Amino acid sequence: MHPVRKQRLILVSLLVVLSSAAIGLVTFALRDNINLFYPPADVVAGKAPTDRSIRLGGMVVEGSIERSETDLDTTFWVTDYEASVAVRYSGILPDLFAEGEGVVAEGMLNESGMLVASQVLAKHDENYMPPEVAAALEGKSAPAQKPVLP
Amino acid sequence: MIPELGHVSLIIAFVLAIGLAAVPMWGALRRDIAAMNTAPSLAVGVTVFVGIAFALLAVSFLQDDFSVAVVAANSNSLLPPIFKFSAVWGNHEGSLLLWVLILSGWMTAVAYFSRGLPLVMVARVLSVMGMVAVGFLAFSLLTSNPFERLLPNTPLDGNDLNPLLQDPGLIIHPPLLYMGYVGLSVPFAFAIAALMGGRLDASWARWSRPWTNVAWGFLSLGIMLGSWWAYYELGWGGWWFWDPVENASFMPWLMGAALVHSLAVTEKRGVFRSWTVLLAIFAFSLSLLGTFLVRSGVLTSVHAFAADPERGLFILIFLALVVGGSLLLYALRAPSVASRVAYGAVSRESLLMVNNLVFIVSTVVVLLGTLFPLIMDAFSLGKYSVGPPYFNAVFVPLMALLMPFMAVGPLSRWREDSARRWLHELLVPGLGVMVVAALLGLLGKAAFNIWIAMAVLLSGWVALGVIKDGWRRLSSGMTSGLQWRRLSPSFLGMALAHLGFAGVVLGAVVVTQESEEHDLRMALGDSELLGAYRFELQSLGQQAGPNYLADQAVFEVSRNGEPIAILVPEKRRYFASGQIMTEAAIDASLWRDLYIALGEPIGDNAWAVRLQYKPMVRWLWLGSLMIGFGALVTVFDRRYRSQAVRNPVPQTGAKAVAS
Repeated sequence: MHPVRKQRLILVSLLVVLSSAAIGLVTFALRDNINLFYPPADVVAGKAPTDRSIRLGGMVVEGSIERSETDLDTTFWVTDYEASVAVRYSGILPDLFAEGEGVVAEGMLNESGMLVASQVLAKHDENYMPPEVAAALEGKSAPAQKPVLP
Repeated sequence: MIPELGHVSLIIAFVLAIGLAAVPMWGALRRDIAAMNTAPSLAVGVTVFVGIAFALLAVSFLQDDFSVAVVAANSNSLLPPIFKFSAVWGNHEGSLLLWVLILSGWMTAVAYFSRGLPLVMVARVLSVMGMVAVGFLAFSLLTSNPFERLLPNTPLDGNDLNPLLQDPGLIIHPPLLYMGYVGLSVPFAFAIAALMGGRLDASWARWSRPWTNVAWGFLSLGIMLGSWWAYYELGWGGWWFWDPVENASFMPWLMGAALVHSLAVTEKRGVFRSWTVLLAIFAFSLSLLGTFLVRSGVLTSVHAFAADPERGLFILIFLALVVGGSLLLYALRAPSVASRVAYGAVSRESLLMVNNLVFIVSTVVVLLGTLFPLIMDAFSLGKYSVGPPYFNAVFVPLMALLMPFMAVGPLSRWREDSARRWLHELLVPGLGVMVVAALLGLLGKAAFNIWIAMAVLLSGWVALGVIKDGWRRLSSGMTSGLQWRRLSPSFLGMALAHLGFAGVVLGAVVVTQESEEHDLRMALGDSELLGAYRFELQSLGQQAGPNYLADQAVFEVSRNGEPIAILVPEKRRYFASGQIMTEAAIDASLWRDLYIALGEPIGDNAWAVRLQYKPMVRWLWLGSLMIGFGALVTVFDRRYRSQAVRNPVPQTGAKAVAS
């Protein structure tokens, strides 16, 4: 074979092998490792899966944070002003986590509809709101009085 | 008055940049020497006026001029002066100005060091960089003017700099990162200039190569600093999160790694030319994409400042123009510059091709994971997030695939080599690392860990390959004794970078596999055992800083009854913003870090505490430093120096050769 043509053949076959390996890896990895985002209203309406990890985002309900006195367990409610979902988290919360602020919690829903979070993300500076939370709250405004917890 | 002067000089810089983008390019087209000769002076002019604008913005910050909107939003009279200065780039408008300042700095450097290059080439290169400068200066002036005033409603004091950014790491992280990001515009400009001139030869690669290495070296250092900063400042002890904005800097790095290696082939052998040009275009495009991701706020990230769709749109259009324009030029001109030099299947060319393919595939999978949420959202298919497990699952195997070839590369010969020679050279190192990896299981105190054994195997293989190559260079030759001169800066840089890469891989695997973390409630007098280390909470107190008040906890760390360190983590409340910040305390050493961060107070005299043991985490940053410095060292190679000595006026080249 002509050397240049042989060269191309090597290049093309390497490219085919590598890209198919990469596509295989990507599809395999994407299947298990992406999280879909749900606002509280969708979770309460039962639209969120219970067999896999999801992301829940909204505002932390005022007065809803309950900390354990003996360990790091914390529960709080997340709302989009339509519905609220309880979240349980064991661990250290981010510095900017606070009542009345935006939050994204990642974890699995349990049978009672509570999100058992493996990770809690708060905003990073005062003016910043995670885009998903901003979108979930769009067009909805805070009610005049505190939301009534179910 | 000062901000207005700054604004005016920014406008002057914009006008000069338009001149730079147009006049030398026109001169190159018409072969008008006078027009082409304007390029260096215009480049310097842009630098001077951007420099003045930047200095005046810094003065506004240092003088607490809260009538300037960015100063009011990002500074405070109590802020220490050094942070007032770094606050200049701790916000969207100022960091964009820094971007342009560094771009013009690179232009000036090219103008200065390229005096030996043909005038047409210099004119085109500077002109292309001028076009990029026009785009970014327009962006700054039209959508993010740093000198906007708050008149007459001037606030009495500023909002303060985000406490996360009040840190020495932030003073140098963005400038270094931008040096790399923006530096990739130089190989881009060289590539475009070469396409325009139809001159993609070995000398083009030799001109472009030192710039690429320097830019890529700075990018490595910038990423390393960012990782280190995140580790100690964000308070949870991670060093890489696969955050979209980390990926935004990592993708140009990956593409740059491919470019650095591909340029080597083009320079030495004259093959891969069109390929190298394409890589240069992609590397810079990814820099721009990174800028878009960071500046538009479309993705959830630590780096996202308040979002503004108009800004995002501007960069997106600019990105489309740059990528579209370059690719169009490539499509029109590339076939005419393709090469027909042959090489064998077993050769250094093939190995570097493997390097290129792996790095490109890695870039693509990272790009896919980063943009996947955006794409799904754009088509209303749901709001997804792609987390670290995805990236680890695709990225780690790719790097593992790369490493077996990495040891062979430096030893291999151009054009045609034989597998038997490779075996001969690498049999001893290969057997050596296998023995070490196996012994690790037999002799190690801890339980055998297959991943660590693999990391030792691969990193050891790469390291021993490099050492073997160095030894071969030292000891070969006619005369006896060691030939130190044979270790050229090119070789030393490569060796340093490859050893650094091996260190990063080993550190990453060990720290991922063997880290220990306890999150718990600790009251005064409580102690906790983490591995062999005992942490005791001895006292609690308060300490006032210049612009914050800190709760402190004093921990004594001991091992086998012997005290090792006193660690004092803090929880700070910043006065101006009321923001709370965790300040971790770290006892660092080459083999392990001990890390304490405070959570929130729980009850009386008790805190939520995070204790961590991080073995070999320092190897990550030491290795990255080696990669960065390795890339920088290569510039001192003699063959690059000789181009500066060459005759500065090309049209009288014959005379210079004669002398």
